[in-house]
Amino acid sequence: MSELTSNELIRLSAAALAAKLRAGEVTSVEVTQAHLDRIAAVDGQVNAFLHVNAEEALAVAAEVDAIRAAGGAAAEELHELAGVPIAVKDLIVTIGQPTTAGSKILEGWHSPYDATVIKKLRAAKMPILGKTNLDEFAMGSSTEHSAYGPTRNPWDLERIPGGSGGGSAAAVAAFEAPLALGTDTGGSIRQPGAVTGTVGVKPTYGAVSRYGAIAMASSLDQIGPVSRTVLDSALLQEVIGGHDPFDSTSLTDSFDNLVEAARTGNVQGMKIGIIKELHGEGYQAGVENRFNESLELLKEAGAEIVEVSCPNLKYALGAYYLIMPSEVSSNLAKFDGVRFGLRVLPKEGPMTIERVMAATRAAGFGDEVKRRIILGTYALSAGYYDAYYGSAQKVRTLIQRDFDAAFAQADVLISPTAPTTAFKLGEKLDDPLAMYLNDVATIPANMAGIPGLSLPGGLADEDGLPVGIQLLAPAREDARLYRVGAVLEALLEEKWGGPLLAQAPSLVEPVETLVETHGGSK
Amino acid sequence: MSTDTILSFEEAMEKYDPVLGFEVHVELNTKTKMFSSAPNVFGDEPNTNVNEVDLGLPGVLPVVNKAAVESSIKIGLALNCKIAESCRFARKNYFYPDTPKNFQTSQYDEPIAYDGYLDIELEDGTVFRVEIERAHMEEDAGKLTHMGGAAGRIQGADYSLVDYNRAGVPLVEIVTKPIQGAGSRAPELAKAYVSAIREIVKNLGVSDARMERGNVRCDANVSLRPHGQERFGIRSETKNVNSLRAVEHAVRYEIQRHAAVLDSGQPVIQETRHWHEDTRTTTSGRAKSDADDYRYFPEPDLVPVVASREWVEELRATLPEPPAERRKRLKEAWGYSDLEFRDVVNAGVMDSIEETVAAGASASAARKWWMGEIVGRAKTADVDPAELGVSPQTIVELNGLVEEGKINNKMASQVLDGVLAGEGTPAEIVEKRGLAVVSDDGPLLEAIDAALAAQPDVAEKIRGGKVQAIGAIVGGVMKATRGQADAGRVRELILEKLGVEG
Repeated sequence: MSELTSNELIRLSAAALAAKLRAGEVTSVEVTQAHLDRIAAVDGQVNAFLHVNAEEALAVAAEVDAIRAAGGAAAEELHELAGVPIAVKDLIVTIGQPTTAGSKILEGWHSPYDATVIKKLRAAKMPILGKTNLDEFAMGSSTEHSAYGPTRNPWDLERIPGGSGGGSAAAVAAFEAPLALGTDTGGSIRQPGAVTGTVGVKPTYGAVSRYGAIAMASSLDQIGPVSRTVLDSALLQEVIGGHDPFDSTSLTDSFDNLVEAARTGNVQGMKIGIIKELHGEGYQAGVENRFNESLELLKEAGAEIVEVSCPNLKYALGAYYLIMPSEVSSNLAKFDGVRFGLRVLPKEGPMTIERVMAATRAAGFGDEVKRRIILGTYALSAGYYDAYYGSAQKVRTLIQRDFDAAFAQADVLISPTAPTTAFKLGEKLDDPLAMYLNDVATIPANMAGIPGLSLPGGLADEDGLPVGIQLLAPAREDARLYRVGAVLEALLEEKWGGPLLAQAPSLVEPVETLVETHGGSK
Repeated sequence: MSTDTILSFEEAMEKYDPVLGFEVHVELNTKTKMFSSAPNVFGDEPNTNVNEVDLGLPGVLPVVNKAAVESSIKIGLALNCKIAESCRFARKNYFYPDTPKNFQTSQYDEPIAYDGYLDIELEDGTVFRVEIERAHMEEDAGKLTHMGGAAGRIQGADYSLVDYNRAGVPLVEIVTKPIQGAGSRAPELAKAYVSAIREIVKNLGVSDARMERGNVRCDANVSLRPHGQERFGIRSETKNVNSLRAVEHAVRYEIQRHAAVLDSGQPVIQETRHWHEDTRTTTSGRAKSDADDYRYFPEPDLVPVVASREWVEELRATLPEPPAERRKRLKEAWGYSDLEFRDVVNAGVMDSIEETVAAGASASAARKWWMGEIVGRAKTADVDPAELGVSPQTIVELNGLVEEGKINNKMASQVLDGVLAGEGTPAEIVEKRGLAVVSDDGPLLEAIDAALAAQPDVAEKIRGGKVQAIGAIVGGVMKATRGQADAGRVRELILEKLGVEG
């Protein structure tokens, strides 16, 4: 039926696929199958997926095709993205597929309930292609902390795809899925977006229900979209957003103006603030160059560039590494082998509940998870609480005030998303602090609960790898990100001669060739 | 079981001044749980009233039950507390398999209600004010059953079963300030306090308030200090004392035990104690020190509970009559004397009498049955009168049989025994046991003639107007009929026979 080849189909944006589906130029089964074929062809190299959900995805696709073929009211009522397939980070629980959180402790566990965002995907009839890889319990910036092996960056298979949502970002970057869901606690959507040349959005805290996202740090976690275009993220955020009575922290505001903002992008007369503390020293030269270029483009498009200062951001990383592990230590207490998941019996000695819990947790959790549980347990302990958790909460308030002041001077703030381009696998694995520094520019948004968007800003001169540009807006003003993001995206595409990902290696060639093409890798 | 030595209560009181404190947990009777939509129902098959939230499955989030907040505010208001305009939940972190998340979601430093008081009326009418520190919301844990060991205890058990039906049931914990100055009335005050709390929550309709089901659970703190000393002694906390009588006994026992420890020159150990109903003693539980570290921090999955002043006032307007005022009203309605009413209250049968009156009995008949028949039996059986197993409907039925003259009081007492033995309804028991008042006047008249003939002098006295002498004749008739006659009818017939106006 389709005149497009499978290889062309997978390169279309979600919005373009949706238009072709509506026009009857292509079927959802064709689209879904094309992505499943792509997964089969390249995921051996990328390892973006932990589970592929082919049967169910095709069944949903066939259902959408049947409804559309029958026409009438049911076809009219189909959601705009009906039939457009999507991948889901394996931190989000799904009926009918395993959910591992990238951990051995949940190996083989099937959730008996769907996350709210999954219910919304099902209601929109979007075929779920499968579950994507992540750092264990979303703790990491490289996806190397997955218990199921690292995901590789489609731009260079020897490099990390970012983390924790490296699987979702890599799947979208490698054309294995047009859309994906991620979760962002300190940058887990945006930083992988930056290093894979994709778009990732952390919505305002509370804009998307967290019900069914396995909690890492409850006050920081947020589910958000991963895509190849700004418009696609807006489309997806409108699908998954909205108030949820099952999440007390979810907002009652409606976020239904996002797609319109992305479609009518305009920066004329807008004030865009450079955050003094989030660029310059510590940022790779190629990253700085692309960042400055974006500022020039925005200025040319009619925006006024101003500089703002958020002096307390220098404490953000430190405060984050107290609040996040504190919540982690409590949120992960439930993984004890009593009710679900892995259960490990002590090899010797008495079989008491404490010893079974201890043996299970010792065997089931990886080092990074243990590190954070220990850190958080310590930070919450009597006698230390005020100095650590208490002080960190005060810093959080100061950061929020800094942002309030900054947004009094600028409509949107801008910074590089990550200080560097993708680093090599293993490079920072033994240096947790170096790893944590990757999130220095993304963590502040989580601390303040404000929305942030990362979009590809071009390739770094020194290594030819993608650079991410981050936009930040005041809480509940997610639409501003899309309005500015769409403009910057268009200007950058013009500058780079089309979508950046068109320049990524094709992956279907033998791996040896790829290594030659990218001489820098080994 | 206990090897603790104790002092006599009198000697303990001579030497020491007791200070009490109570933590009473009240299970709310909301339709659903504190943070989930699972049903809050007692007694169902294990692990049936649970959903993913109660099991703490990955990804779940709590949502505060508004009805539970309303109930908590009502309790706070009934305890004369201030209601927080905004308050938060916290997480109390500890690993134990009855707590699915391995933390309990509980209010910590921001209780919904605080700074209240409750006036407690003791048996002799003395009113004692107990200051309420706070009443806060929390969730109950699941129920563990230890299998294979002795007496269901964890020591020596092979394995344990866990039922999460109770996990997440809404609780309000009511904490008193230290209660000083009760002296030798401390055990009595303890019982009266818990009784008052139970009465209040039942009256509010926020809890089923059945202690035997654990709807109201009391932890009793006791410490002693020498008379005249300002500083408190070291306290023990006796956990889960779950009947009114047990509260009184446990406080009394702990006072006696502490006194013996102090007398021996040893320090009291700060610890939890377990109450044993069978021996009426406590045994050492867990050493409780300030080193217990639950790593409390504000629950990040919940937003603060905001109680607007308008809402609080709306709820205040819905509060039912407070128990003390209710007592005053009932006393007047029933026409009991001060003494009669106090006996009724102290015997714990006021509610039962109210229900019996509501079921159709007169106030005097209801009192006669409960005070005359039930209280004594309950005391013998060592249970609360309401828990003896006689329903108000049974009393009404029984009383009806007497008033209709079908049985007399003596027979009624036998019928009651039959009811308690599970033989059926009063009517069925009368039938089965062949108990029926001789209502054919023929045999009665013969017996009356015989009795009058046997005591001619008494008969003469009655004829002469000394009607009060009739008892001797009635007694003779009753004896002759082996109690089967209706004494009232016998009296009527005698007077008729002798031509005297009753």
